Amino acid sequence: MTYTLKQAADLLAAGKTSAVELASDYLARIEGAQGALNAFITVDRELTLAMARKADASRAAGNAGLLTGVPIAHKDIFCAEGWKTTCGSKMLEHFVSPYDAGVVERCTAAGLVTLGRTNMDEFAMGSSNENSAYGAVRNPWDRDAVPGGSSGGSAAAVAARLAPAATATDTGGSIRQPAAFCGVTGLKPTYGVVSRYGMVAYASSLDQGGPIAQTAEDCALMLNVMAGHDVRDSTSLEMAKEDYSRDLNQPLKGLRIGMPREYFGAGLAADVAAAIESALAEYRKLGAEVVEISLPRTELAIPAYYVIAPAEASSNLSRFDGVRYGHRAAEYTDLNDMYEKSRAEGFGWEVKRRILTGAYVLSHGYYDAYYLKAQKVRRLLSEDFQAGFGQCDVIAAPAAPTVAWNLGEKGDDPIAMYLADIYTLGVNLAGLPGIAHPVGFGANGRPVGLQLIGNYFSEARLLNAAHQFQQATDWHTRAPAL
Amino acid sequence: MSLTQADVRRIARLARLQVNDTEVAEVEQKLNGILGLIEQLQAIDTEGVEPMSHARDVALRLREDVATETNRRAAFQAVAPAVEDGLYLVPKVIE
Repeated sequence: MTYTLKQAADLLAAGKTSAVELASDYLARIEGAQGALNAFITVDRELTLAMARKADASRAAGNAGLLTGVPIAHKDIFCAEGWKTTCGSKMLEHFVSPYDAGVVERCTAAGLVTLGRTNMDEFAMGSSNENSAYGAVRNPWDRDAVPGGSSGGSAAAVAARLAPAATATDTGGSIRQPAAFCGVTGLKPTYGVVSRYGMVAYASSLDQGGPIAQTAEDCALMLNVMAGHDVRDSTSLEMAKEDYSRDLNQPLKGLRIGMPREYFGAGLAADVAAAIESALAEYRKLGAEVVEISLPRTELAIPAYYVIAPAEASSNLSRFDGVRYGHRAAEYTDLNDMYEKSRAEGFGWEVKRRILTGAYVLSHGYYDAYYLKAQKVRRLLSEDFQAGFGQCDVIAAPAAPTVAWNLGEKGDDPIAMYLADIYTLGVNLAGLPGIAHPVGFGANGRPVGLQLIGNYFSEARLLNAAHQFQQATDWHTRAPAL
Repeated sequence: MSLTQADVRRIARLARLQVNDTEVAEVEQKLNGILGLIEQLQAIDTEGVEPMSHARDVALRLREDVATETNRRAAFQAVAPAVEDGLYLVPKVIE
């Protein structure tokens, strides 16, 4: 038996199950699916059961919160004390974190039990989860397909019902695209809503944590735990505590959904377009109005992102020097040789390409031409979104141009992979919130996701829209056969 | 513009990343592909546009100048490749 986050919480509250029983059941499911899906990098039964026993004890003592004892999985990018935190990299193969990330701290304080650490593209760089040093994750709907990336393990785990929910991160689509590919619901909050403290940094002006779950309601419950000000993250926003589930039951009558024509032109696969058309028809039935809008510079999101993200990555990843933590080469002649060999051995090729691209665009003589130029284009893209929100409340878009592609299909071709990010990158560059939720199936029975983009701090509205859609449809209840 | 293998070696040195002789040709080809992709930015008129360095235009906070962290040197050094007497060990840099 598997549950949504809400169902598990209700069963625990009613005394019909215990945290230990839930954790044991899910650990058995994880173990059974690991060979086929490879969704987890680390599972530690003793650590999990210790957390579950603690949750049961606090419930027995009358100290349970809403989610005390509910099990979840963490993306292997969030540092968690006592857990191996590899970030999908050989560089951190033996790194057992000495401290908790802000997100992990909040989840633990809420009584959530950690089932394990989900697989991911190395340092969150990738759109297929094939860049993990611990092997690719397989899509639970079709094991020949990728699960999407970089949070492919989190999305696959939730889709295969190996965890009711999972944490994830989104720098250029890494929550929304894998959620779409795996037929689950994922929310990328407004930049600064979720603390980045202890979340291994990729591109700091874009990185944002968020939840992946079966339902929008569960995403709201998870965001209630994950969001909040953290003084240890200088970009964490100081804002009043919000209940992200407050508007779930609001009717959608009068909601204006903008359809940017640039997102629905050539390049969008027919099966994805058809599923999205049906979803928008459903939204109309729920009382929403669909209006055409324009985001004229959409295509520039790709070059702008692939300058800014590598530039920030090359700076962030300079911390992996084989001195304070991480891999150190066995043999070297001097300090520079140690740095160069340790990093060459510890990083995979996609990470190396982004570091080198970043080092180049930041180097003397090229900074203005690339990095500064990309930041100016970023402002133009952001202004386009604001103009769009003048005509609508939320923007509807595909999460990706196609359904999940085959493992190995894009081979070692970074450009083919980058181009597939076209519909998600703009949201990160502008810092906006976005949600992806399942709306049907395309070719080969692979899921299609719809992305809804909101203006700053409109998470509750996005969750409301997706929840109302999920009250009227059952795509989110479909689960793959294991 | 297009990178040469000498450019790749220079950038790799800046990034402290060893790229050996058997790898350099492929790295050169892949990086030139990426540069071709980002080159389209040059055609965009950005005259008078303020660079956007951050998703939200917020000022960084200042905090009270007081110690907030406890000393956890042993825990943090437990994950280091080589330490001795509380110090991180690296190859000799001064002869």
